Amino acid sequence: MTDNSDERKDDVGAAKWSPAGAVAKAIGAFSGAAKRYRMEWWILVAGLLIIGTIVFMTIFPGLFTRFSPVDQNAGPQMVAPSAAHLMGTDNLGRDVWARVVYGSQTILGVAIAASLMSALIGIPLGLISGFAGNWADKVLSLIMDSVYSFPGLILAIAFAAMLGPGVINITMAVSVVYIPTYFRLVRGQTLQIKEEPYVEASRAIGAKKRTILSRYIFPNVIATVVVVFSLNIADSIMTEAALSYIGLGLPAGIPDWGMDLSMGKKFLPSGMWWMITFPGLMIMTLALGFTMLGEGLAEILNPRLQEY
Amino acid sequence: MKRILSYLVARVALTIPMLFVLLTLVFVVLRVMPGDPVSAMLGGHAPQSVIDAKKEALGLNKPLWAQYIDYMGQLARFDLGKSMILNEDVITPILQKLPATIELTFSGLIVTLLVGIPLGVRAARKRRTGGDSAIRFFANITYCIPVYWMGLMLQMFFGVFLNVFPIAGRIGMRIDSSEFDRTGFYILDTLMKGKFLEFGDVMWHLALPSITLGLTLSGVFIRLTRANMLDSLKSDFVLATRARGVAERLVVYRHALKNALIPIVTMLGLQFSALLAGAILTETTFSWPGMGRLLLERIYLRDYPVIQGVIIIYALFVSLVSLLVDLVYAAIDPRVKL
Repeated sequence: MTDNSDERKDDVGAAKWSPAGAVAKAIGAFSGAAKRYRMEWWILVAGLLIIGTIVFMTIFPGLFTRFSPVDQNAGPQMVAPSAAHLMGTDNLGRDVWARVVYGSQTILGVAIAASLMSALIGIPLGLISGFAGNWADKVLSLIMDSVYSFPGLILAIAFAAMLGPGVINITMAVSVVYIPTYFRLVRGQTLQIKEEPYVEASRAIGAKKRTILSRYIFPNVIATVVVVFSLNIADSIMTEAALSYIGLGLPAGIPDWGMDLSMGKKFLPSGMWWMITFPGLMIMTLALGFTMLGEGLAEILNPRLQEY
Repeated sequence: MKRILSYLVARVALTIPMLFVLLTLVFVVLRVMPGDPVSAMLGGHAPQSVIDAKKEALGLNKPLWAQYIDYMGQLARFDLGKSMILNEDVITPILQKLPATIELTFSGLIVTLLVGIPLGVRAARKRRTGGDSAIRFFANITYCIPVYWMGLMLQMFFGVFLNVFPIAGRIGMRIDSSEFDRTGFYILDTLMKGKFLEFGDVMWHLALPSITLGLTLSGVFIRLTRANMLDSLKSDFVLATRARGVAERLVVYRHALKNALIPIVTMLGLQFSALLAGAILTETTFSWPGMGRLLLERIYLRDYPVIQGVIIIYALFVSLVSLLVDLVYAAIDPRVKL
């Protein structure tokens, strides 16, 4: 897991940097870390494997299936899983496996974009609010705490209902929900860190506020943010799928796991188990991947962080 | 007593700004954001005069600040307005559907606690054994199971394949619910009228939805109970109780668990909003005629006053529960400064 640039820095003055040497060193560092952290490390790696596989599927869907997710002539309608159709076909004759493969693009894209958006809004607000600590901080905290206490899904439903269907709109609806998560985390940490001696020292030597924030406080906050970011993607995945499951969010025609679930629900009484089993299993697996990554990171970066 | 009273007053006073912010947020989302509810409701081909007349009637052509004052004024009088589609007050459908949601939410909560706390206690007692790992694995998995998918899977196994549980509704088709819909809480109504057969039917319909909701949230409580029980079991008072020769069962459940319960009560408050959100999805899966279904139905109909009303009721519900939990917390934890 060691970064390549670090490797090179370490090797300054050493004989010669070679890719094979770097790989050997990385493996050494990896197994050393694996011994030191044991369980946490395996959880992290398992999470990364899950995410890696699904990301690969997202980028190269053609390698995984020869059907199009919208092709209604992929096979006969409503056939159970078989060699020709790994996960069967749906009521319109579309291949379920193809829909699962292409559907990963939608959910992964929306979840990552939404989490990034919340982080990009929540982190600066939290930093400034915690650092300033004046009336604006009080007002902002009250707003964020209120939003945080409100069921996120209902907020997302309200946004999605007002904005109408669309990939950008559903991303916005999901991202609004998680802004307070970042705000509260970063603000709390900023409050603590700004009392640290090294921050005081930098203030004493006349560092500008902006420098203190970006050079001294932000780098110390970022470790926990990384953990929360990963867990947040897992949450966003489930929120995105929930919105499209209840019929808000995405226009018809875009393959999406949540939408496939609501479609499958209609045919459940006729015993078509494959239409609901596989998309749901994928949502769970993808969310599990990001949760495992986050939990593994949490233990490795900061053993004290157990509450989140 | 006086101190308890002043705590109560202070805590209630704290709820007011929170509620104010939430109500403002609802206003911002539903009124300030782009999108014109009236033309959306009337469809694209309505003449401008009709749209204007409807806007006039709903007070939507006033400037935003005036709308905001109207909105807050209405709420202060506990008036949620009238539906845009049907000739009814907004509160009417809400009062009809609220009991179904409360029934589902609370039975889900009971399942969560019945699963979460005993498993958490067990994991803590068998720390670092296979059983502990299995329970923790289960807890972590439940985090990532979408509640709607859990519902679909249970429906598939118990409803379709085994055909032992119903997959939709609150009560069987053949039972006339008008006989006992006095409070809207079917559990209470059937029991009060002494109709035990109908009561059984209600419970039978409630089983899968509440298990769905309860199981998906139990992971949080397993983890929390386990962590707190580990602390509690290590403490001196547990050692002292054991030294006095108290039976292990009593040591664990009466002494150690009692002390571990306080953070669990706090968690109850925090998880309540997750429970409400889960209930919306569970209602969709099980065609449960509650607030969540009402909200979604009215979103399709674009009945904005009702959408607004339902969200406001959810906000009230959340604030009320958070207040209650804090009061319970203060009552059971002597360390809270009253």
